Amino acid sequence: MEFSPNDFVIEGVSSTEEQERLASRPVTYARDAWSRFRKNKIAVAAAILLLLLVLLVVFGPLVSTYPVAERANARARNLAPSAEHWFGTDSMGRDLFTRTCIGGRASIAIGLTGAVIVIVLGSLYGGLAALLGGRADDLMMRVVDIFSSVPNLLVIILVSVVIDSKSIAAMIFAMTITGWCPTARIVRSQMLQISRSEYVTAARLMDISPVKIVLRHLIPNTMSVILVDTTFRIPGFIFNEAFLSYVGLGVQPPQTSWGSLAAAAQGMFQFYPWQLLFPAGAIALTMLAFTLLGDGLRDALDPRLRR
Amino acid sequence: MGELLNVKNLSVTFSAYNGEVKAVRGVSFTVYEGETLAMVGESGCGKSVTAKAILRLLERSSATVSSNSVVEFEGKNLLTLSGKELNQIRGNAIGMVFQDAMASLNPTMTIGNQIIETIRSHKKLGKREASKRACELLELVELPEPQALLRRYPHELSGGQRQRVMIAMALSCDPKLLIADEPTTALDVTIQAQILELLQRLQKRLAMSVLLITHDLGIVAGVADGVQVMYGGSLIEKGTAQDIFCSPKHPYTAALLTAIPRRSMERRSDLYALPGTPPDLRLALDCCPFAARCKYAMPICKKQMPEETGETPGHSCRCWLQHPMAPRVALNGGEAGG
Amino acid sequence: MAEVLFQAESLKRYFKSGKTSVKALDGVSFQIYRGETLSLVGESGCGKTTCARTILGIYEPTDGSVLWDGKEVSALSRKERTAFRRENQMIFQDPYACLDPRMTVAMSIEEGMRRHFSYSMAERRSKTEELLETVGLTAEFASRFPHELSGGQRQRVGIARALALEPRFLACDEPIAALDVSIQAQIINLLMRLQKERGLTYLMISHDLTMVRHISDRVAVMYLGSIVEIADTEALYEKPLHPYTQALFSAIPKAEPDSDWLKERLQLTGEIPDPGHVPPGCNFAPRCPYASERCRQAAPPLTEQEQGHFVACWETQA
Repeated sequence: MEFSPNDFVIEGVSSTEEQERLASRPVTYARDAWSRFRKNKIAVAAAILLLLLVLLVVFGPLVSTYPVAERANARARNLAPSAEHWFGTDSMGRDLFTRTCIGGRASIAIGLTGAVIVIVLGSLYGGLAALLGGRADDLMMRVVDIFSSVPNLLVIILVSVVIDSKSIAAMIFAMTITGWCPTARIVRSQMLQISRSEYVTAARLMDISPVKIVLRHLIPNTMSVILVDTTFRIPGFIFNEAFLSYVGLGVQPPQTSWGSLAAAAQGMFQFYPWQLLFPAGAIALTMLAFTLLGDGLRDALDPRLRR
Repeated sequence: MGELLNVKNLSVTFSAYNGEVKAVRGVSFTVYEGETLAMVGESGCGKSVTAKAILRLLERSSATVSSNSVVEFEGKNLLTLSGKELNQIRGNAIGMVFQDAMASLNPTMTIGNQIIETIRSHKKLGKREASKRACELLELVELPEPQALLRRYPHELSGGQRQRVMIAMALSCDPKLLIADEPTTALDVTIQAQILELLQRLQKRLAMSVLLITHDLGIVAGVADGVQVMYGGSLIEKGTAQDIFCSPKHPYTAALLTAIPRRSMERRSDLYALPGTPPDLRLALDCCPFAARCKYAMPICKKQMPEETGETPGHSCRCWLQHPMAPRVALNGGEAGG
Repeated sequence: MAEVLFQAESLKRYFKSGKTSVKALDGVSFQIYRGETLSLVGESGCGKTTCARTILGIYEPTDGSVLWDGKEVSALSRKERTAFRRENQMIFQDPYACLDPRMTVAMSIEEGMRRHFSYSMAERRSKTEELLETVGLTAEFASRFPHELSGGQRQRVGIARALALEPRFLACDEPIAALDVSIQAQIINLLMRLQKERGLTYLMISHDLTMVRHISDRVAVMYLGSIVEIADTEALYEKPLHPYTQALFSAIPKAEPDSDWLKERLQLTGEIPDPGHVPPGCNFAPRCPYASERCRQAAPPLTEQEQGHFVACWETQA
């Protein structure tokens, strides 16, 4: 290589803009989390699967050859899956594909509603405990301990029996009455951790009021934890709904859900296994997808895994 | 003095989701028998990656060592050895000490069992003999009451004691080379001085070589024979401690020396602060990595990486200012502070 | 002598951990004069951070008192308390934890302004830009998030956030410990310039004894929750009287080629005892090469040996 004397004239330090260009610019939290999530093939597959399931449940009946689920057909009882009846028919001759879709609407709706309710309740309770601290915190967390020590299903069954109402609202009430406890624990510990952080100390030193500290610092920084928790809670509710419907305490005919479909099919499982397999499979797939998605989200949003 | 470790053209690339990070860019150096070589640089300059690459401790899934890199230890290329052969050298002929002793020790195992396990994974010794050896090692690193210490757990020890235990484990098989990666960074000054002194004593007593990796130019004085300065993935200056401290040739080395307040400086006078921050190692940087922050930067610096040149034997640097066509500038510590 | 801004009187702060109580701060008394830089030095766990946080009222003192402008901090009126909060701010050690990751730089800086000043939105914005320039950043940083900044830049934002309240006093808790050498000098220069321009008073906490010597007017050496020596910087560095100070200073690495600082230093035996189980007498006695029977029985008081040079050691007292 040839050198010219011009190459050897001292120019000094580069401009600030040039410095900026060369300096490393870490990516933003959101973009960072997104790229990490995207790299997680299983989580992405789970998200796609969930999307497909939701689309199927919402629009399935429209494309089905037998869009009306309730119409019984005495001549088409217990048919095996075919081009006409994709999932076969049930003991009353109703198209199972359409029934599974419609049952899925109930199952997923209950899962989502239940999760949202426990997350809101749990966050408020946990947040309050973290905020009050001291004895109030101790007392509030002992209440959580007591609530959590009672077996979940026992509470649900007892409450269902006591309130003696078979409505969906009653079932959600039964499932959420103790369901907020784990969320309260998670939110409390996250908020305690944040309230000890240097930026909250800085805010306190600036005499920012506790309410504003909660609204501006504690809640926004707890959101990712809450989001992950929500994803993990949904499958639990779907399962509990299925279980309750299965034992006859849940969704009542003519309404249906995956749980009640499976319950209706169990008697003749040996003869018409598909009647059980399709709703059971739907439950299993949905729960698995939500759990895998939750795993992926947790890994993507966990700041400890950054860099 | 014979050559013990010879690193030639070592390059390491990490694949991250946001691009390829070229962490080490063609690093070559030699560790001689019985010397202490210090590798100095700021965080992210590639010094720890270099150490890990030498021992092949980098995760294969994310790090790639370029195929023309060579790490010769006693004539054998460590990068091409089989796993079994490598294990005979790693932890045997080469010992390692890391910054965070707490993270390197198993919190659920006693100190004794951990040392014994290390010894027995490399030497065929009975339990009792290994235990005796463990005791000797703890005495070697000047820990009081070694017998009692063997039964304690890592959390019962102070930071300085844990670091001594780490050193004892690294010495369990009489290594010829000890790689110490920021061994005193987490420690207080008085403890830091104790550990450095211990390393120095052990190095003489066991006639081993030490590769000391640190960000603190201060601790190098009085400890190291040779010093090499790393910046942006490249070794930019090598020399004896005397060379580096008294007549630095690279403007970065000179700037590092003047960033630390000196006795001769007037109190509260401005320190020489380099502008900007170190470069993003995702960039290609075919030029000198320091060019943008260098007050002597020339057009050529932004075009091409200079070769390693040196007038005095043992003291070399990679800087265009060394080129015959470059203007002469005085880089003495004091003047660079102007 | 200059005006006293802060006065700590036998300040104590204990932390309960299980059954034992850890004496993080065990009766320290000192003044901070207006416009000076007082540095607290000592090894980890010696109580220097606790000391700064107690002065600022983040921790309630277990015993003793803090006077601010001659007023008892724990008994300030509501109005005085607001002024106390505005005028006394802190710079933190960890540039990665000191900014809320969900807030832009502007939001962080404006948070305190909103509380203490009734600026219009336009005024806030121009103040923010002005502050960013003061700390060596540009106005375009206002819309960035902390993740987009380097460690040094975050530390500058942290300083701008504190300056937004127009404070008179800054407690700097290891402001450069987490930064690289070349960035440390930038931040130290900035802090020194701000002090000159705004007449700030600093309480500097640092374990970097070389830097402390460069920037401080006075230095207090702490050991296990007590101040063992406090003096003007030069007097202390030239002639440390307490054996612990001597050992600490002789362990400072010297970036000079021929220095044999490792060999020449005063060596200490043993480790810092667990602050939960401090021995009676002088805290330092178990490690002190000059300890006598007297030292093991009673703790020496902090007494003035020379003009402005206080030491807590029996041996130095005739």
